[in-house]
Amino acid sequence: MAMEPTEITDVQQSYKERWGWHDPERPVHKPRRGLSREVVEEISWLKSEPEWMRRFRLRAYERYEQKPLPTWGADLSTIDFQSIYYFLRATERPERSWEDVPASIKTTFDRLGIPEAERKHLAGVSAQYESEVVYHQMKQELTSRGVLFTDMDSAVRDHAELVQRYFATVIPPGDNKLAALNSAVWSGGSFIYVPPGVKVEIPLQAYFRINAESVGQFERTLIIADEGSFVHYVEGCTAPVYSSDSLHSAVVELIALPHSRIRYTTIQNWSQNVYNLVTKRAVAHEAAVVEWVDGNLGSRTTMKYPAVVLTGRRAHGEVLSLAMAGPGQCQDTGAKMTHVAPETSSLVVSKSISKGGGRTSYRGLVKVLPGATGAKANVRCDALLVDEISRSDTYPTLDIQEQTAAIGHEATVARIGDDQLFYLRSRGIPEAEAAAMIVRGFIEPITKQLPMEYAVELNRLIELQMDGSVG
Amino acid sequence: MENELLRIEDLHASVEGKSILRGLNLSVPRGEVHAIMGPNGSGKSTLANVLMGHPSYEVTRGRILFKGEDVTALPPDERARRGLFLAFQYPVEVPGVSTMSFLRAALGAVRGEDQPVREFRRRLEGELKDLGMELAFARRNLNEGFSGGEKKRCEVLQLRMLRPELAILDETDSGLDIDGIRLVSQAVAATRRPEASFLVITHYLRILTHLVPDRVHVLFAGQVIRSGGAELARELEVSGYEALRSEHRPAATAQAGTP
Repeated sequence: MAMEPTEITDVQQSYKERWGWHDPERPVHKPRRGLSREVVEEISWLKSEPEWMRRFRLRAYERYEQKPLPTWGADLSTIDFQSIYYFLRATERPERSWEDVPASIKTTFDRLGIPEAERKHLAGVSAQYESEVVYHQMKQELTSRGVLFTDMDSAVRDHAELVQRYFATVIPPGDNKLAALNSAVWSGGSFIYVPPGVKVEIPLQAYFRINAESVGQFERTLIIADEGSFVHYVEGCTAPVYSSDSLHSAVVELIALPHSRIRYTTIQNWSQNVYNLVTKRAVAHEAAVVEWVDGNLGSRTTMKYPAVVLTGRRAHGEVLSLAMAGPGQCQDTGAKMTHVAPETSSLVVSKSISKGGGRTSYRGLVKVLPGATGAKANVRCDALLVDEISRSDTYPTLDIQEQTAAIGHEATVARIGDDQLFYLRSRGIPEAEAAAMIVRGFIEPITKQLPMEYAVELNRLIELQMDGSVG
Repeated sequence: MENELLRIEDLHASVEGKSILRGLNLSVPRGEVHAIMGPNGSGKSTLANVLMGHPSYEVTRGRILFKGEDVTALPPDERARRGLFLAFQYPVEVPGVSTMSFLRAALGAVRGEDQPVREFRRRLEGELKDLGMELAFARRNLNEGFSGGEKKRCEVLQLRMLRPELAILDETDSGLDIDGIRLVSQAVAATRRPEASFLVITHYLRILTHLVPDRVHVLFAGQVIRSGGAELARELEVSGYEALRSEHRPAATAQAGTP
């Protein structure tokens, strides 16, 4: 693969140039800062929701009020929940044709390359700007095969039966404080249903962007893969650079019915003032496969532990995660695998890179319940430290209540070695490029699982972040 | 000397505060093969690393001139771009980076431009074929899980692809069987041209029966204590380093030359 020389002097500066711009905000509706019962009611009213959803939100709000913030993991005490806008509406309704999207938003997505991506024949693209989905398109062929891919708000209205049946069944509002918050104020996100036996060969994509300052984005995604089906969903995230913090707190629920397979890929490149606190969980029924591919490069703080509950015999769960933490960043990520049924298997591969004083943590749980006979679980965590001021920690928890389970755990911490750098440099490769090459090699087990354009983008982002960080 | 490619003047170098090279002088004209020989601990590998600019080695006195330019303070990548090459004694593993993409990056860096993929691929296949290797080898990650012999072959492959003006071979022959030694001497023969020179660092004499050097230098206690033609190697074969060592003892300091 050709290596293009990059001439970037400052990482934060480069982020600003490429993603950190913000178009003037022109919200149709902009409520007050902070959260109250009235704000929750107002969100529901603005969306003209059915009564059950309004009640669901209010119950969730009560849970949110009751629950404490997690005291483990990253420091969340600096989030000012009352200074955040919980709902912003940038357009009146999701548009079906790119031409109908208001010009100001179109400019934003043009700069992000969204229509370009669509021209590349992706199966479907959904773009979320502030709180709601503004553009949505899916190939006619998939529609005719019965695949549903829409924004969550429309799904509540148009696919009420499916939504009521599955919504919040994997992650109930009481799961944790942030899940409760999302349940109360959620807006947008994707809804996907793949009918039995249908295999969606090309990835469905979503793009999330926070444009306004002090905005919370609380998207809610629900994917249901019916028996024997397959779907790959890919999401990317960015935000401009503002002085005050923004909050992204999504809830993602996946339901993999018997013999189906869901792959969910995230490349998160939020700007470094975003708190990214996401709850992601899947249920895998008999012989179903769920794979989370999770890349965390941006944000100030990320807490995210994609989970798979293996409830059916021979179900398989995987988490392939990659985290990179630079100056002032904390990436507290990991995975949770719960083996409920016999012969279930799971694999966790976590790769983290810390540099410039950044901090990464792997926090994982493998739980094997009594009766999950012959369960197999493997966890592998590799950490790469670029310099001596960065930090990486591993907090693996194994809770094995079944004697026949086979569990493997392996963790390594490495530093980019002088000898490795010297070897590459002795072949004419400049230091920053040599370091980036070592890092790219380190994360290769993850990038090779990504769609091509995402792998290229990820490598480019890492090169940007690595520039000037060695020596 | 107008035709001089490399000139080392009064070179002193240390690693981790320990002085290894102590006033080394050497001149290599273009187009010649020079052998550097000497017992263990005489400073052979230090010389190789210092010439390439390893950051762990500190040059405390003297200078290195390459094509008339003082390169003593240049970083390793700039030396490589000026035409220096080191075949490593212990090549490093780089997981996840394919040998092929690494070679292409190196070639692009040294030449300052990217070669079209098709052209690169054709050259790579040609060199692999000459080395009796398959394209599958170049698809493997750089040195990862390579046997000792494969690592050395990979160094030779890089040498053949990059065609440097000065190739330093740091004990590339050690640990190789007779086929391996032939491989090294053939690589030198294949890349030899009037403007390019070789500095073959070796502990063993047997490679010199396949590769006839223009000059042989004997390194001892961080200095070149004797230089001569190919006949010096034959002399060493008979008398060994011991004779030279006792000859040189007055000049060497007490802690030097531990085998």
